[in-house]
Order: sequence, then C-alpha cells, then structure tokens
Amino acid sequence: MWEYSEKVREYFFNPRNSGPLEEANGVGDVGSIQCGDALRLMLKVDPGTEVIEEARFQTFGCGSAIASSSALTEIIKGMTLDEALKVSNQDIADYLDGLPPEKMHCSVMGREALHAAIANYRGETQTDAHEEGALVCKCFAVDALLIEDVVRANSLNTVEEVTFYTKAGGGCASCHEGIEEILAKVKGERSGPGEVSPPMKPIAPKAAPGLTLVERIRRIEAVLESVRPMLVRDHGDVELVEVQGRNIYVHLKGACSGCMMEAATLGGIQQKMIENLGELVQVLPASYMPTGISC
Amino acid sequence: MNPIYLDNNATTRADPEAVAAMLPFFTEHFGNPSSIHAFGSQVGKALKEARQKMQALLGAEHDTEIIFTSCGTESDTTAILSALRAQPEKNIVITTVVEHPAILSLCDWLEKEGYVVHRLRVDKKGRLDLDEYRSLLANNVAIVSVMWANNETGTIFPVETMAEIAAARGIMFHTDAVQAVGKVPINLKAAKIDMLSFSGHKLHAPKGIGVLYLRRGCRFRPLLRGGHQERGRRAGTENAPSIVALGKAAELAIEHMARENTEVRQLRNRLEQGILSQVTHAFVTGDTANRLPNTSNIAFEYVEGESILLLLNKQGIAASSGSACTSGSLEPSHVMRAMGIPYTAAHGTIRFSLSRYTTEEEIDRVIAAVPPIIAQLRELSPYWNKNGPVENPERAFAPAYA
Repeated sequence: MWEYSEKVREYFFNPRNSGPLEEANGVGDVGSIQCGDALRLMLKVDPGTEVIEEARFQTFGCGSAIASSSALTEIIKGMTLDEALKVSNQDIADYLDGLPPEKMHCSVMGREALHAAIANYRGETQTDAHEEGALVCKCFAVDALLIEDVVRANSLNTVEEVTFYTKAGGGCASCHEGIEEILAKVKGERSGPGEVSPPMKPIAPKAAPGLTLVERIRRIEAVLESVRPMLVRDHGDVELVEVQGRNIYVHLKGACSGCMMEAATLGGIQQKMIENLGELVQVLPASYMPTGISC
Repeated sequence: MNPIYLDNNATTRADPEAVAAMLPFFTEHFGNPSSIHAFGSQVGKALKEARQKMQALLGAEHDTEIIFTSCGTESDTTAILSALRAQPEKNIVITTVVEHPAILSLCDWLEKEGYVVHRLRVDKKGRLDLDEYRSLLANNVAIVSVMWANNETGTIFPVETMAEIAAARGIMFHTDAVQAVGKVPINLKAAKIDMLSFSGHKLHAPKGIGVLYLRRGCRFRPLLRGGHQERGRRAGTENAPSIVALGKAAELAIEHMARENTEVRQLRNRLEQGILSQVTHAFVTGDTANRLPNTSNIAFEYVEGESILLLLNKQGIAASSGSACTSGSLEPSHVMRAMGIPYTAAHGTIRFSLSRYTTEEEIDRVIAAVPPIIAQLRELSPYWNKNGPVENPERAFAPAYA
C-alpha cells in the first residue's frame, strides 16, 4: 500500500468541505471517470472583493485525490482569486506533508480544478489539448505521448536528455527500457522508410575558441538563465558559485537541493554548457569544491 | 478486534504444519541432497516424498513429472520459452487477454523479439470463445497457454477441453494453474495438458517455491542450466525446506479440497448476498456459475477502489482492487476492461478471496462494514446524488480538462 502521511490519511478519513455547494458561482470540473479521478470544485466568490468565501468539493478517486481536494479547499478559503491562482500543486502537496511521487498528479488535478473554477466564475472558457498516453515514468507521472512529442520536437537521442526535458526516468530508473523504446521508435521515423539511421555521434565540442574569462562567465550565466524558469517552476533555483578550469560549481537552491533529480538536473545543465562553451566542462555541486583554494 | 484477511488470491498464510515440517531442514537436515554422505541422503529422501505428495495433488502419472522452481512466474517463463526453443520452426503463441502479467508481459516481450502472439478475447462474463480458439490453431503454433482460473474473478476456463483440441493438432498446451490447484480437482494423468504452473504460497506453503509439471515425453529446454538438479531440467541447489513445506501443504490441500467446495463456497455466497442485498448499483463480475469457490469480485459503481480498500483497512479488513490507483497505472484492471466492464464500475471493483481459515463471524463483520463505506464514498462522489447516480453521469460532469 502507498505510504501516505498522517495528514493525507486525516484529510481522507475526515474530509473538510465535502459535498455540493448550492450557492456556488464558480465551478470547475476536471478529470473523468475513465481516468479514475474526477474532481468538482465549487467556489462562492464575493463579487465585490473577489474573495473566496466558501469552497467545497466532490471527488471520485483514490485516497490522495480526496485528501488533495479537501486540502485545496482549506488553502484557498479567504484568498482573493488572484492569490488563489498562485497556489501551485506543490503547495497542495506541501500542505499534506507530501504525497507519494506516483500520486503527485492528484495535486495537479487540484490546481487544474482551481483554474477551471476561477475561469468559470470569470466567464472564460478553457480548453485542454493535452492527451494522455500510457504512463511510462511512474515517479513523475510522465506518459508516453508527452515523451514522444518532446523527443520528436527536440531530436533527443539519449535517456539522459529525455530526463532533462521531461523529468521522465529521473527517479527510480525502472522505466529506462520504456524510454529507450520510444527513442528507438522516433529515431526509426526520423530515418524514413528504407533508410538506415546513422550511428549516434557524440556531440563533438567545438574547439575552444579562446574565450576571455569574462566572455566565458557571461556564457555560463546565460546558460543558467535559460534553465532557471524550469527550475523555478518546480520551486527551485540555481546560482553560479565558482569556475575553476573545467569545473563549474553551482549551488542548487530551494526544492532542487536534495531532490532526487539533482544529478539529472546537473547533467542536463552540463550538456548545455558543453554545447554553448564549445569545450568539455563539468558542472558540479558547490559542495564538491576543493576547500582551501581561493580565486 | 482481530484483522480479517480476505486477500488469499494474493497470498496465503503458511499452514503451521507446513512450517513445522520445514524447520528441521534449516538446522538438523541442512545437507545438500546431491551429496553422497548421510547429511545429503536424508534430505534427498524428504524431497522425494514431497515430490510424491505434489504428484498426488495434481494427479500426475509419474513423480518425475514434477519440477520444483522458485515461483509461478519462473514456471510460466520456463514453459513458454521451452516450447519456443524446442520447436524453432514454430513462431506463434496463443494465450488470452486476461492472463496474469507473468504470461502477458512475457508475451509482449516475445512480440518485440519477432514472435506472433494471439490473445483470445473474453465476453462480458469473462468466458472464452472456443470457435475463435479452434480457428487460430495453425501448424506453426508452438504453444497454447491458458490459465486454469482467473486470479481476479475466479472464472474457470475449460482448459482440459482446450488441451484435447490442441493435442489433436499436435500443439503443446500449458496452463497457469496458480489459482486453481487445491481448489478444483485436477487429474493430469487423464488430461492432455503438457505443462502446468503452480506456486506454493497460494496454497498455504511458503513464498519462494513453485512447481512446473512437465508431462513425460514433452519436448523440453531448461531455463536454468548448470547442475543436474531436477534431472537437469532446473539447475540450482534445491530449496529443501520450502519443498518439504510444499509437500506438507499439498497433503493438507488434498484433505481440505472438499471443504473448499462446501464451507468456503457457502461463506463466499453468504458474503455476496449479504453485500448485494444492502448496496444498490453493485454487481458480481466474471462467470458466476463457473468460478473458484473462494473468490468474489464485486464492482461498486461510482466509487473508487483504493478509497474502499483504505476504509476497509481502517477496520482491519484486507481485500484487493482492480482499480488503477492501487497499481500506480492510469488504467483499471486489464481483466475488467477485457470483459467490457464500464469505467463507472471498473475503478470500483473489490476482490474478496477467502481461505479455509475464513470464519462465518468474519464474513458477517465484512457484510456489516461494506455498505456504510460505499455510502460514505458515494456521498463524496460528483457522480452520485443522494440515492442514486446523477442522471447521465458522463454529461452531468463536464470537465474543462480531460
């Protein structure tokens, strides 16, 4: 059985704010009975202040789906709509002292319901084009269609690259066989009928064009800047600490530090550094920096 | 309050007599049965006795037809790979859509390796179409593998008849009988079944011990090569303590076979009637007229299985579910989907599987516990409105995101 936190169990066994809300003026429905998860979030919003006065839910789903729905209603009550829109799925998971990785999608469903309910209150329509394929990475709930699309769009060749772009495969690693199969499939399409796909070439770093130290640091910062939005989205951040020859030391902050994805994240940053600097470098956590050396 | 265990199709409690029988083989009788000295020969004798007890349970003609393995999955894998390697000119495997993952995952992999796999479909009650089966029996079929009884619904397949049909065409027949052995009478010497898989822990023996029955004369290629153990058909030092325990469990199973089909069956029926008379929008899945006596799979519409299990567990009741959430995948049980059980019900299927240890008092406690749990969850469900499902649930609930 799943390892649910005490708080998840409490919110499942004794859910707060469940049942229909007759005077609701914003309703968000997400999920479906096909997926085995469905959530209806009902809000009563004060039209003058846009404060959420009351929030209730009805959920068809597993223990963590019910607990996430209930937690969401507790979090957003008393918030203005603009404040509520800033609530992320991670906030819902944090409120419950964490969810098992396989169940993070329950918190995502909560956030989606919230956005749908607010859109409904404001008279906006929302569409969702995301189609779901078979679940490949169970740690991060990444499905086959998404991986396929990303592999195709970015011409990815390795499992590590897929992990960097989608997170898939960055946890327990048991889905690497499945990811390799998707890579092989897309690669087959790329080469076209009758053609033999060329053997994979490692990206040959261009000869170091003799960058000045300042140019080099600027480029390193630019690479970090380009990955920052992705990290911030997951409540993390990255900071350049030191550059010593081929070793670039960075400090992963917030949710990134100690995350099981740390190695994969650094690996991905390193790949980008190599491409941008045109030389082989190593991106390492600041804690690896030899002590006693000053700049 | 004592916990109630109704998940015996997942695994069973080892019988204390089986455990007592195995213990001396860790300490006093620790010898390697292959050794020539007294330490070894005592163990060799005990293994022979266990083999004969297993032979009696399966109604096999010879005790040498019994090969001890490590589990049901190993037996299944050995059987199918053996058939393909022994008959390299044949490249087709026939199986069913409702097999255990031990067979299905192997077949998926075989397909990638270039073999052809036909999966027989089932109807709404989980039954096979024998005409479809006959039509698929071509000359290059290497093996047919059909489970004796389904682990989720208990539905029994006519494997003896199917084996006869295959034998008439000269095609090998294997059955995964992990759920059936000890619950339905089996007499292999009168059947045309070439290979049969079994796992000890489903029948009150310990985990980590399995059996592959291999009919004398059936062409065979071992999975594990290395030693002469099991007459060279399964190398690796014998798991003597577990084999001895399995022998004891087989002996007890023969003794209790009648009880499974009388007392246990009555308790199962009492449970079903007790629940269904109180809960609306619930039904039994599978072929109710032809299934294992200990298994009941009930679909509760508009509620989700994991939630039911968590609430049952809170009251000390253990069962299992075909819901997507319990497996970590997004799809509900492949068995429920194959039978065309609608999504409104497939996510809420609960399997209760009894054993000879189950008591009437336990069943009555479960009958009392289930209806309030279903009512509680339906109250939370957007598909439920006070006393019944909302009208046209698919339309009443219109998600912005799918």
